[in-house]
Amino acid sequence: MSTLATTTTTASTARRAPAVRKAARIPLLQQPRVQRVIYPLIVGTVLVAIWQALVTLMELPPYLVPSPYLMMETLIKDWVPLGNALLVTLKITVFSFVLATIAGVLISFLFVQSKRIETALFPYAVLLQVTPIVAVAPLIIIWVKNPVAAMTVCAALVALFPIIANTTLGLRSIDPDLQSYFKLNRATRWQQLVRLRIPSALPYFFGGLRISSGLALIGAVVAEFVAGTGGSGAGLAYQILQAGFQLNIPRMFAALLLISLTGVGLFVLMAWLSKLALGSWHASELSQD
Amino acid sequence: MNRVEPDTLAPPTASAHAVPAVEVLSAEKTYPNGTQALLPVDLTIAEGEFVTLLGPSGCGKSTLLKMVAGMLEPSDGRLLVWRKPVAQLHDCPHKLSFVFQSATLMPWASVQTNVRLPLDLAGVPRKEADARVTEALELVGLDKFASALPRALSGGMQMRVSIARGLVTQPDLLLMDEPFGALDEITRHKLDADLLDLWRKKKLTVIFVTHSIHEAVFLSSRVIMMAARPGRVVEQFTIDEPYPRTPDFMVSPQFSRYAKQLQDSLLRASTAQEESLG
Repeated sequence: MSTLATTTTTASTARRAPAVRKAARIPLLQQPRVQRVIYPLIVGTVLVAIWQALVTLMELPPYLVPSPYLMMETLIKDWVPLGNALLVTLKITVFSFVLATIAGVLISFLFVQSKRIETALFPYAVLLQVTPIVAVAPLIIIWVKNPVAAMTVCAALVALFPIIANTTLGLRSIDPDLQSYFKLNRATRWQQLVRLRIPSALPYFFGGLRISSGLALIGAVVAEFVAGTGGSGAGLAYQILQAGFQLNIPRMFAALLLISLTGVGLFVLMAWLSKLALGSWHASELSQD
Repeated sequence: MNRVEPDTLAPPTASAHAVPAVEVLSAEKTYPNGTQALLPVDLTIAEGEFVTLLGPSGCGKSTLLKMVAGMLEPSDGRLLVWRKPVAQLHDCPHKLSFVFQSATLMPWASVQTNVRLPLDLAGVPRKEADARVTEALELVGLDKFASALPRALSGGMQMRVSIARGLVTQPDLLLMDEPFGALDEITRHKLDADLLDLWRKKKLTVIFVTHSIHEAVFLSSRVIMMAARPGRVVEQFTIDEPYPRTPDFMVSPQFSRYAKQLQDSLLRASTAQEESLG
């Protein structure tokens, strides 16, 4: 066993050595890292194949269910309007996600300053979360003149709560002994925040980011549906609406595909950021094989 | 540093005229709900002593130690460290360090950063701090692991890091709350021996909390025996055995005699308790 061989080496090399050896010895297809990509790809390919086969065999008309081939063809053919719409939706998603992250972190810092502030304000954060954005969006669109700003605010409201909830929990999740140690050494409030609270909160914060990145996209699409703005500032939701009116179902599918891929992309990006920040120390990011 | 003359650091039997490092003056701890964690304690610990607080869980030994450190306020009475209330210790040349039962390290920071923490908090310039960190890590034999993360180290090594962090401020008084309680026996013996070396080399005063009779006899110049419900000091024992103490001491007849004395004292305390209840 490779672990037996490494017990005599120093701890730092022992930590790295088994992974390196495994990679060298185990066939490519049995490596967990390769499997993580291959297995979902196999499932996806099979599903697409079944889809294509069903559409072809049952001769389903494209205005009911287009084949995956037709969907891809439409995506390439209509790339100019769809790509532009994707950019608009992406812009709103990113703006709102950044806005929600900044606001969420600031609100969490406020919450952990005193239990009283949190007790007084937390119910309103919940209220914000449980009120359906579809119901509030028309109001915001009336109040905020600029449609892009209005949609950004809507999407940010959807994405805000997980960041507040997770970061607050994280800022409170401190090893009590470590906190006593800081107090014993007369650490200032600022030192405790920077050296103890923020690092302790990072795993929770990144958990919040992963949830919120998806919510920001959902919020952006919902806001576009409600706003219904056309013209040059139209996003993917508008493309879906238009395609629906024109019974251009392949285009609808192509737009849907773009939204899903964007969501997956955001999630992967957040997972990667999280690994970058926590990979070396936090249990959630250590390989479990 | 105001170092005391070496002759005052002699074994505790000769310490009647020495400077008291810690004075506990009728300090007691009663919680607002009426729980008596610790009945009034009077205790003087001279500079250079290695004192162990020994007793079962709930006897208030950690409470007493935390009161000395200033982490807990006594509900009555006073505690002085070098003749000063512990809260005023920061403008005094003497320093104390506290070592917890668990290593209490920052999991995201390297060994070096962890050990440097008290210096960083005190605003010591980076260059000087790094030099002292290297020195402290050499003392505990971990200088090769400066850049490792805590999770890459064994429990015993993590505890050494914690001790290095305690020593890096060059304290005069080291307070240790069951520091090796979670370690296996072999590792514990090793760390006990290393701690004695450090104590002698650095001329420290140590207050050490444990519930192991053998550890208390092996380490201490004086053992404070405590009992539970309510927490109180019952007896004191001087372990009149020269240092350095070798593993041979642990299998010697004197060692067994001391251990038996402490065992009997512990038994007397618990029977007296049962009689008073019955």
